[in-house]
This record gives sequence, structure tokens and C-alpha cells, in this order.
Amino acid sequence: MKAPAFEYHDPTTLAEAIALLCRLENARPLAGGQSLMPMLNMRFVQPDHVVDLNRIAELSGIRVLPDGALEIGAMTRQRDIERDARVAQACPLMVEALAQVGHRQTRNRGTIGGSLCHMDPAAELPLVCAAVDAVVRIAGPGGEREIPFAEFPLGYMTPAVGPDELLVGLHVPAAPKGQGHAFLEFARRHGDFAIVAVAVLLDPGPDGRVARASVALGGVGPAPLRLAEAEALLRGTAVEDDAIARALATTASLDPMEDALVPGWYRRHLAGVLLGRALGIARERMA
Amino acid sequence: MTRIVGRDVKRIEDPALLRGRGRFVDDIAPPGLLHVAFLRSPHAHAAILSVDCSAARAMPGVHAVLSYADIAPLLAEPRLRVALPSPAYRQTLDRPILAMDEVVHVGEPVAIVVATDRAIAEDAAALIEVEYDLLDPVADAVAALEPDAPRAHRTAPHNLLAEFTLAYGDVDAAFAAAPHVLRESLDQHRGGSHSMECRGCVAIPDAVEDRLTLWSSTQTPHVARRMLCDMLGLAEDRIRVATPDVGGGFGPKLVFYPEDAAVAVAARLLKCPVKWIEDRREHFVATTQERDQRWDVEIAFDDTGRILGVRGEVIHDHGAYTARGINVAYGAVSAMPLAYVVPAYAMRCRSAVTNKVPVTPVRGAGQPQGVFAMERLLDAAARKLGLDRAEIRRRNLVPGDAMPYATPLRTRGGMQVVLDSGDYPRCLQAALDRAEWDGFAARQAAARAQGRYLGIGLANYVEGTGRGPYEHVSVRIEASGRIFVATGAAAMGQSTHTMLAQIVAEQLGFDMANIEVVAGDTAAAPLGLGGFNSRQAVLAGTSAHVAALKVRERVLRVAATLLEAAEADLEIEGRAVQVKGVPAMRVTLAEVARAAAGLPGFSIPGGAGPGLAASEEVVIDPMSYANGSCVAEVEVDEATGAVTLRRISFVHDCGRALHPRIVDGQVLGGIAHGIGNALYEWMGYDEQAQPVTTTLAEYLLVTSTEMPAEISIGHIESPTPLNPLGIKGVGESGVIPVAAAIASAIEDALSPFNVHITRVPVMPQHLVAQISPEAVR
Amino acid sequence: MSERRITLAVNGQRHDITVPVRRSLADALRQDCGLTGTHLGCEHGVCGACTVLVDGRSARACLMLAVQAENLAITTVEGLAPDAAMLHPLQQAFANNHALQCGFCTPGMLTTLVELLAENPSPSAAEVRVAISGNLCRCTGYETIVAATLEAAAVMRGEAA
Repeated sequence: MKAPAFEYHDPTTLAEAIALLCRLENARPLAGGQSLMPMLNMRFVQPDHVVDLNRIAELSGIRVLPDGALEIGAMTRQRDIERDARVAQACPLMVEALAQVGHRQTRNRGTIGGSLCHMDPAAELPLVCAAVDAVVRIAGPGGEREIPFAEFPLGYMTPAVGPDELLVGLHVPAAPKGQGHAFLEFARRHGDFAIVAVAVLLDPGPDGRVARASVALGGVGPAPLRLAEAEALLRGTAVEDDAIARALATTASLDPMEDALVPGWYRRHLAGVLLGRALGIARERMA
Repeated sequence: MTRIVGRDVKRIEDPALLRGRGRFVDDIAPPGLLHVAFLRSPHAHAAILSVDCSAARAMPGVHAVLSYADIAPLLAEPRLRVALPSPAYRQTLDRPILAMDEVVHVGEPVAIVVATDRAIAEDAAALIEVEYDLLDPVADAVAALEPDAPRAHRTAPHNLLAEFTLAYGDVDAAFAAAPHVLRESLDQHRGGSHSMECRGCVAIPDAVEDRLTLWSSTQTPHVARRMLCDMLGLAEDRIRVATPDVGGGFGPKLVFYPEDAAVAVAARLLKCPVKWIEDRREHFVATTQERDQRWDVEIAFDDTGRILGVRGEVIHDHGAYTARGINVAYGAVSAMPLAYVVPAYAMRCRSAVTNKVPVTPVRGAGQPQGVFAMERLLDAAARKLGLDRAEIRRRNLVPGDAMPYATPLRTRGGMQVVLDSGDYPRCLQAALDRAEWDGFAARQAAARAQGRYLGIGLANYVEGTGRGPYEHVSVRIEASGRIFVATGAAAMGQSTHTMLAQIVAEQLGFDMANIEVVAGDTAAAPLGLGGFNSRQAVLAGTSAHVAALKVRERVLRVAATLLEAAEADLEIEGRAVQVKGVPAMRVTLAEVARAAAGLPGFSIPGGAGPGLAASEEVVIDPMSYANGSCVAEVEVDEATGAVTLRRISFVHDCGRALHPRIVDGQVLGGIAHGIGNALYEWMGYDEQAQPVTTTLAEYLLVTSTEMPAEISIGHIESPTPLNPLGIKGVGESGVIPVAAAIASAIEDALSPFNVHITRVPVMPQHLVAQISPEAVR
Repeated sequence: MSERRITLAVNGQRHDITVPVRRSLADALRQDCGLTGTHLGCEHGVCGACTVLVDGRSARACLMLAVQAENLAITTVEGLAPDAAMLHPLQQAFANNHALQCGFCTPGMLTTLVELLAENPSPSAAEVRVAISGNLCRCTGYETIVAATLEAAAVMRGEAA
């Protein structure tokens, strides 16, 4: 189980990396390696060139903007985000989710950008980004572009990043005051990819009722799924039990993925169970 | 009183392992080493039309690419003739060294590639062109026995590998007269072994002496040597098989594999050292497993819950070849009634050939399945009668005062099963006490009032340990005074070196640092059977004990002459023999050894004959029967189906414990494995017999976070009369009752929903499907 | 085939080696540096046997290329004990508690736990369990490893074991 032969490139600047990606055929960027390296070892992917992003200092780091929002470099290690007090302040949902991303050893190397670009349908970080309406920055030969995270997934494990482009960072809006959040997942073992994961944000309005709700599911569709109908049903409510029940009813129409290990009906069932619990937790945390 | 045996002395294996200085098979790298990758079948069943290795051979760095046609002329015997004898066989399906003209499971080796490094060997393997003609696969053992099923081997008359019935008493009469009869249909699955170290071997030819050394991560080096000699047509003294540190075995490493033979052939052909290290994906498709058994069983019992008879049928998934024998099926069926007084028993068992990896024992070797079937029936009977589940077992366990208890059962070697010692009801009671069984109903009710579902369950087992007939051990004190112990037993993590050193040190000076143990090396031990069936402490331990006593006697005889003292007044202390209580009057073991070695023209002091050495193969035919009781307490999330283990209480009796901490370690490891079998480990295949769980992210091994919050282990020591140390085996005990106890506990937790457990592993979706059937759509 | 000449700093020692660029750090440590204490159990990042410390942080050596490790300080199991006579407190506690049987997972357990105790000198049993949840062991059932870690933590805090 050894990687196939490839040429290795380790640029130190973003411009250099983009230039390499433009020039080289069948090249794969290598971020933290926690997904790409196993796929290389198993020869699921056989690139002719690997462009290592680990020596590009400008791609990592966390910055807080004047409005409290976060700018997170794509190559920032998951463990560094998990332990950053500023992230806990601005996006507690992300910190709660990170504790369930793999294991310490994988979070020490794994990056947020790598996770977003790998885009496993059950991965935690894409789900968080979907829930918080993150904006991603993508650099290419023509410069940088920004797109809302909702437009980032193009399909199953397919991010909107061209072969000569790189995800360079993301913008995470600051959690508004009083926001209730919850991240729950069901996995067979601690650290496994979730079978189903749920992220919930409840923003209170001046009347204490929900002004904005964000409900996102992982492990159900090919990419994180926002439940617009459930969000609409929660708006204007005080998240009473019957409001939760109405929101949960929307999961009945889900048509989840099915594989040899987990039947689709069970994912749908879990979506309802976890969403109910997450709404209960977020309600308690909403102030 | 003993000073070393029975004590928690320091393990002699630990210092090197803790510093990263162990020597596992992949750590062996002689100069000029070449590396192997195998091309394996991607199909469950296909005819091979052609194999073209030309492009692979042309790749730089490649030294050889061999298919069956290339390798056959170098062999005296192209198949691995391994099956243990049994009249139950209906056909012979020995594995070929490489696929001949048909592949019968995904992962079957088709060609061997030897190159300067493993990555290049894998590059070249991808260039081998094999033309296959796909054939219908047999993906399921039950379906395999249908008359119109496709054949797993295209020329075979049917898919029935073996058939036998284990029976005694008039079971039909017992059922006809019984007031109560209950029936269960059980689907039992166990996965693979997944030792953390996969398999591997390094073959090192010696051109000067025309010998071959095979370093192999095996549990049975002597069997491996015999197989290699048969296949290569060589005398035994041409081949040495030696085991380095082995990173876990758990059963499948007792099997000799095609890869071992192919690597040995390649090394002889290329005249240089050749290494193959199995990677984890290969382990999933090429190392033997246990997998599936279907049990249709019935129990007959009276109004008091007494068992009148048990009968039924088992269909066992044998896999595509016979890699060992029928022992998993036989072990399962014979374990079923063992703990209880079952007056009449009839179990018919059929082994079905499927297009999957061959099945051989994994820790427990069928016994967990037999216990699961028995315990499921007892739970059902208790429910029917409204009896406490512990009480129905109390009424049926073989009583302590019946020991030794001659059962009507026979081993597959034809010997009568005699339960030699133990007090099963007392053991059960001890486990119940530890688990606070009596107070559980109140705890359960309190939790249910909060909407939480707690459950408790139990299981008993009796395990045949110490399969004979013998194990070789030699003990020798050399001229330096150091003590050398060599054995045919094989170490794979169970502290075999420490165990033997303890037993020998007890007789020869109590200094374990003065003892060197060589295990699992055909060059050091002329005979050996190896490590399996919880046997080595019993067989090798006994031989070591007897050999050490003989050497001790000789040491004292020589020393008595040298010290001009009576033997009875002497003691061996450290590296010297001294007059008891008078350390000044002493002679070192080195001096004794030199004297015993003799001088030209002088007689040997004490007249005891030359040298300080003894070899033993103490023969112990009957097995010693260990037993135990396990109580599991669980909490089930009724919405998700998640099972959380709260507590496992385990009381067992393996006779005298040579090293209590090591015994605990064996039991704990077995419990973890049993938890995996109960809840997590599933080696899945689809309808085309394609494996669907081929990574450790898909095949779930238990990790630290899934272990119970509390594990409590208790010991009862009923020494066996069958060996002088009174020991029984323990290596497999922990795994045997765990799945049964957990299933019982889950059923108890979910009794408000009438959940019925008939399959393992218990997956959360199975529970939800019973709790909320409306969710399944 | 693409190769690179690199220098690895392992356990405070320089290793000047030439490796194929596709070679994993684990393979380079084992084959090129002669440090075979780092074991490979799955090569897909799940079992944890190959865990080493990279600049003090635990990482899967099967999921790094050797060429990526230049200029980073690597610690393997061979580098944990202070000298030939003394064991690291964790190693000693592993021996005391029978926290290893076959020893194959042990190097990855030790490196993972060295990082944990550096970060959290007083972990709870539950925290130890989470810390090693990415390290598979088939022999011990983990209980003795947790006990050993708590004992080592106490020793390292200067409390009697």
C-alpha cells in the first residue's frame, strides 16, 4: 500500500503554487494530507504531480476583522482553530464540531481548507461552513474570487475549485449576540465520520423570538444540506416544542444516500432525532 | 509457596518493546533485500484465460514476476495440503500456491512481483494483464447449499464442504415429551483477527549450505516448516522457520499461507533475501476470517426450567478453500451445551463453500457462537416461564460437586470430554454479586422513570483449553551459568517468554534476568505445535516445569559433590547453589555447569551424567476446561439505537494463575474483542461476494472510547488435576461470553419494545427497526 | 523516478538521506534512518501505530511524505527514554501496569500520550480515553493503558505513583 510515483513540488508562495497548477497536467494540491495521503497510499488517486501547500506561510492563520468576523487561512491546522479563543468567541459552533473531527493526531496536521475541498458528505467542517454562511476565497491565475459557501459544493465530493485554482481562505461571520448553537453527530465510534450530523443556529430578534434560523444536515445528501423549510418554520417562534415538531416533520421528505453499511431510512430517522435534540440544545443556549 | 510463579513479576518482553527496539518481521532487513507485492484477484469467481507479465517484467527495478505457470516447475507440491483429518469432509479444497486457472475469492494471489522496493513492486503488479472470464459467485453460505446454487468452484459437484452431526441421548424423544419447546433462528457473524501487525515474512537463502531461513509472523513455525518442505521437496534440515516478535496473532496467523510459500520460492530462485509485508487492505481480503453462521435451534425444557434437550442445524460459511479444517464449526457446536446439563443433544452442521476468504479460527474459534446460541435459548426459556435469567442458569449449570464430570461429548480427535474441575454455579454467583444483579431491577426502574433504558444480561461459558498432545521445551544451563530455554511454542504477545522464564526460574534460582527464552524457532526446538487454542501455558508450561525439575536435580547432585554437602541441604539462589542459610558455602551455576560438562579422564561429579540440560514433551491428551460468567450492563438510546456499555463484570476460572496481571490482560483483551463482535465488527460482502469493508474506517475495531465505563474481573482458582501446575488456558476466554451477555442486556433494556436479538453484531439500525418499525421505509 | 536528498532531524540527530519523493515519513524513518520502532498497521491513517511527534505534536507518519519533514523536529519512540538506563515515566508506567502485550501499537500510544501529558498534566480517565481513541490496540482492551497514563501523569507531577 504505497503511493504511486509522482513529481513533488513545494512552492513557498501562493503565486508560485498557482503557476505550478496552471503549468502542470494532472496535479493535486496537498494540504494537511489526512485525506489525500490515504487515497495516494491506496492508489485511489494517481496524480503525476503533487503540489505541497505546507510551505506557503501566507495560507495559514486566523484574523479577526473589526466586525468580529473571522478570516481563516485555508492551510490553518484544525487543531489550531479548535484551540483558538477567538474562534470560540466568534464561532462556537466550529469549535464544538472540531472536537468530533477525526482524532488529535489528524487534527494536528489536517487543515480546514483540506477538509472543505475533500468535502466528504458527512464531514463536520463543510457542514459548519454551510450553517454559518461562510464565504470562501478562491485564487486562480486571474486573481481571487469570493463565493458564498452555498455555491461551493458542485456535487458529491466536488468543490467549486478549478484544476488551476486553490481555496485560500474563508470568511466566517461573527455569531450575533445571543445566538444559540448546537452541533450534534451520530457516529459509531468517537472520531469517525458521522453517519448523520446536524448544525443548528438560532439568532434571537429583539422580541426574543427567532429572527434567523440555520439548520444544516451532513451525511444525508451528497454535500451539506440546508433545510430552508425547517428554517422558515422556526422563524418567528420561540422554539416551542410544537415549533420543533413542525421543523422535524420536514425531515420526513428527505431522500438520503444509501450504502452497504447504512440504509437510507436510518439516516433519515437519525436526521430527525438529532435535529430535535440540537434544536433543544440551541434553544437553551439562545439568550 | 512459590516466589516467581503466581506473582506479578516484570515481563521480560517489555524493555525492548517500550524503547522501540523490538524486532518484528518488517524490521528485518538483510543486505540485498528485495520486496514483494502480490497481484490479487479483483473478482470473487472467474476463470483465468491468460496472464501476461511482460510489461511488468520490463519495468526498471523489477527482478521477477511469477504466475502459477512460472512457479509450478519449481515445486514438488503446488497445493497447501493443510486440512486436519476428519470423516466429515465431502470434498477437498486445498489452496494452490498461486491461482491456477480459476480464482475463487477477491484477494486470491495470482502473481508475485519482486522488486527493489515495495512501491515499485506495486507499480509493476498494476501492469500485469490478466484476462478473466467471470463466473457466478456464491456470496452466502445458506444460499450456497440450495440445489440450484452456482458452484463456488466450477468443477465441484456441490458447495457442501463437510457435514457432521454431534449428538447424544434420544433427543427426539426428549422433545416429544417436553412441556415446552422454543425455537430461535440466529445469524451470527464474527469478523477477522486484525492483529495490529499484519502478516509477513522474509525468506533468506544461504547458497553456501543450500538452506533457507524464513522469518515469519506466524503462530505455528513448525507447521510452516513442514509445509515448505513438502512444497519445495526439501528435507527438514534445509529449512528453518523462525518467528521474530509477533504483533498479535488472534488465530489467523496459525495458518500457513500461499504467500509464505511463494516468497520462499522467489528467494530460492533469485538467490537473495525477499520480503513480503501484508498491508491492511490485503489483510481484509487474504487473511482468514470467521464470518457467518446460521443457527436454527430448539430447546426443550420442563416447567421448572430444566433443560430436556437441545437440537438444531448450523450452516457454516467455510469460505473458498480449506485452510485449516472444520474446527470452527466443530468448536461452535461442541461449545454450545458444555456449561450445562443437557440430557439430549443433536446438532447437525454443514459447512458451505462460498467465494470468500477461507474461514479458520479467530480468538474463540467458534465457541462464542455456540455460547451465544445456548444463552439465547435460555433467555427465551426464562422469559416463557417468567423465571429470573440467572435462576434458570443456576438450575442447569453443571454443579460443582459433579466434578470431574464426564460429558457424553467427544472432541474432534475422538476423546471424551471430561470437565476436569471448577464450580460453575459459584462462578456465576460471583459475577452476579460483582454486577449487583439483585439490585438492578431498582436501578432499571429509576432510569426508566427518567426515560432512560438500562438493561442487564449474562452468559456462561466453558472453554476447552490446552489442546494437546504436547509442546516441546528444553532447559539448559551453559558454562557461563546462563539458562537457555527453547520451545516450539510461539509468542505473539501473550507473554510466553515471561511465562516460561517464571516456571524455570522458580526451580533454578529465581533470577529471571539469568534466563533467555527462544520461542518459535525450528532451529532451537526439534518439535513444536505452536500457539493456538489457549494451549501454551498448559503444554509448554508443563514441559518447562518438568524439564526445569530435571535440570535442578542434576544441578543439586553435582553441587552436592562439589560442596561436599547433602543435596537436601542445598538451595539454588540466584546464580549459585548454596548450603541453605549459609551463603558463604556456595558454588556458582557456572562452576556447576563446567563441572557437569566434564574433563577428559575425570568422572563427572555426582555421577549424574554430563551436562545440565533436559528436553521435555510432556503429553497431555485431555483438555482442561476453563469456565467463566459474564454480566453486561448497557444503556440503549431508544431513538438512535446506540448502545453504551456501562459495566462488564467477569468472573472466570483458569485454574492456577501463573501471573495474575497477565491473566487479567488476556481476559481484558478478550472482552474488548467480544465487544467488537457484539456491536461493531462486520466483514461485509455484497451479492457479488465483493468485500465492502476493506479499510479500518469501514471495519470498526473497538477503540478506548467504546469500552465500558467499568470492567470488573474476578478469579476463582480451581486447579486442574491434568497437569502438575494446575493451570488451564486463558487466551481466548474473555471473548467467548461477551456477545451473548450484551445481547441479553440489550434485550432487557428494550423489553418495553419487545426487541428480540437474533443476530450479531447488533447494529443501531437493527434496534431502531424493531423499536420504530414505521421509520423503515 | 523522482528522488530528493533531505535531512531529517530525528530525536535530536541529523539523518542525511536520499528518498523517493513518494516515500512516507514512516517508511523513511524505518528504512532510511534505521528507526524501526515506528510501526505501520494500516497506512491509511486509522490505526495510529505510526504516530510520531512533529515539532512536539502527534501526527500519523504514514500520512506525511518524508520530504515534508525537512526542517521539522521529529520524535519517535526511540527518542522518549532519557538514556539507556532510565525509561520515560510513561514507558515505566506501561511496564508497571501491563499496558502492552504484543507491543506493536505501543510506540504510537506512547507518542500520543507524551503530547497529551505535555498539554494536560492532570488528565481525567475520560480525557485519556479520548486522547487514544485514534490508536487501535487489539491486545489490551485499553484499560491498562489508561491506568498507566494516569500513573505516569502523577509521577510527572511529582506525586508518588
